[in-house]
Amino acid sequence: MRLEERNIELIDVNDRRIDGRRLDELRPIKMEVGVLDKADGSSYIEQGKNKILAAVYGPREAHPKHVALPHRAVLRCRYHMAPFSTPERKSPAPSRREQELSKVIREALEPAVLSEHYPRTTIDLFIEVLQSDGGSRCAGITAASLAFADAGIPMRGLVAACAVGKIAGKVALDLSDTEDKQGEADLPVAIMPQSNVVTLIQMDGTLTPEEFEAAFDMAVRTCHGIHEQQKTALKQRYLSIKEEVEEKSEPEGEKEE
Amino acid sequence: MTLHVERKQLVAPGEILAEGKYVSGENVHREGDRLFSSKVGVVEIDGDRLGVVPLKGCYVPHVNDIVVGRITDIVMSGWMVDIDAPYPALLPASEAFAPRTPRSRMDLSKMFDVGDLVVSKILAFDRTRDPLVTAKGPGLGRVSSGRVVKVSPAKIPRLIGKKGSMISVLKKETGTHIMVGQNGTVLVSGESPNLENVAIQAIRMIEREAHTQGLTDRIQVMLRDKTRGE
Repeated sequence: MRLEERNIELIDVNDRRIDGRRLDELRPIKMEVGVLDKADGSSYIEQGKNKILAAVYGPREAHPKHVALPHRAVLRCRYHMAPFSTPERKSPAPSRREQELSKVIREALEPAVLSEHYPRTTIDLFIEVLQSDGGSRCAGITAASLAFADAGIPMRGLVAACAVGKIAGKVALDLSDTEDKQGEADLPVAIMPQSNVVTLIQMDGTLTPEEFEAAFDMAVRTCHGIHEQQKTALKQRYLSIKEEVEEKSEPEGEKEE
Repeated sequence: MTLHVERKQLVAPGEILAEGKYVSGENVHREGDRLFSSKVGVVEIDGDRLGVVPLKGCYVPHVNDIVVGRITDIVMSGWMVDIDAPYPALLPASEAFAPRTPRSRMDLSKMFDVGDLVVSKILAFDRTRDPLVTAKGPGLGRVSSGRVVKVSPAKIPRLIGKKGSMISVLKKETGTHIMVGQNGTVLVSGESPNLENVAIQAIRMIEREAHTQGLTDRIQVMLRDKTRGE
């Protein structure tokens, strides 16, 4: 830990956090869909200082063949942090943490994908964290579900995720890296907003039952907000083409009259 | 019965379409009596039947589809064909040679070699086994000339249009011969490279603007404009 990070005030007298946010304020989120040409589906998300790429390939033939299942598609996921994504260089080899996150992200998305439509195939998901600042698993899940939708893979619904934690004794939304490391608890939650099903919930640190309730409610509410943003991001590309086309054809119509 | 969307509306996966006794069509997922879209697409309403026309997605083989595939391997019984589907297709030797050709006379690589493009028809497919294709029939067989255009398979119905309206406009205005493979591979051959270019340009425009209305008219205007003087 760097010196300046030690014992800093996470919340000031006005209930403002180190980056000036209120306790229930999300970092600004930017989402974009279809950013990679070669992938079947892709997306890019920025959440505060987090910058994450997600790419989906498939459904495609399963290689090696023995991983294929006769009744549904196999989902494979790799969550990976770029060596330059952290303040100290991170070894590019998959760490224990990345393997665990790959697994929980896969399990957070599996209930959303109608994988029984493509038996004996695999769907591969790659999440590449280009810059990280806490809460990257949640941003990764949000981005991945967009990439699935962009690939045209049938889904029950999108998955939205966000984390709530506890800093300086108070429940706070969407912890940054410093807040996560200095705080008392972190609670990442992923839900399918369409059916209100929780697909991921993890917690480290300690929360009282009351704090947990409050944190969980806050997470679910925020996920619904993120979900609206996801839908807009998915449709934006098509709507802008539509607008452009209609703009072009309108003046022509006037000329004919 | 409540309808939550209107015709031609753009929807995302998980977006609710209707509640009640509606019939679920393509790309619609039912949970109880609620109907959801399962893909990004455009809503289609036909009486009480709701469907979503997808804007993205991979090719899923259907029996009798004409597809353009690439030979990837020669095996004992025939050829393996890549048809841009999640499953590799098998083209049996008997589906390429004349009937009753003795097995010893069948030189597979002389017929189709690895890398050849083959227009073929899906004979059988049911997801539990890999698709079977045939290269015997009118219009089927090896591709020897023309330009190859790859289009997203989801946009193929739009490229063909209602009862072939779009593709016939394309063929008429450019005078090119266009073979549309259901798997998203389109073959274009015309009298001059210019006309081929115009046709390919139009195909790209259809792919980009597939979800907009009045596209056939715009294509017609664009083609008339570009082919003037040819």
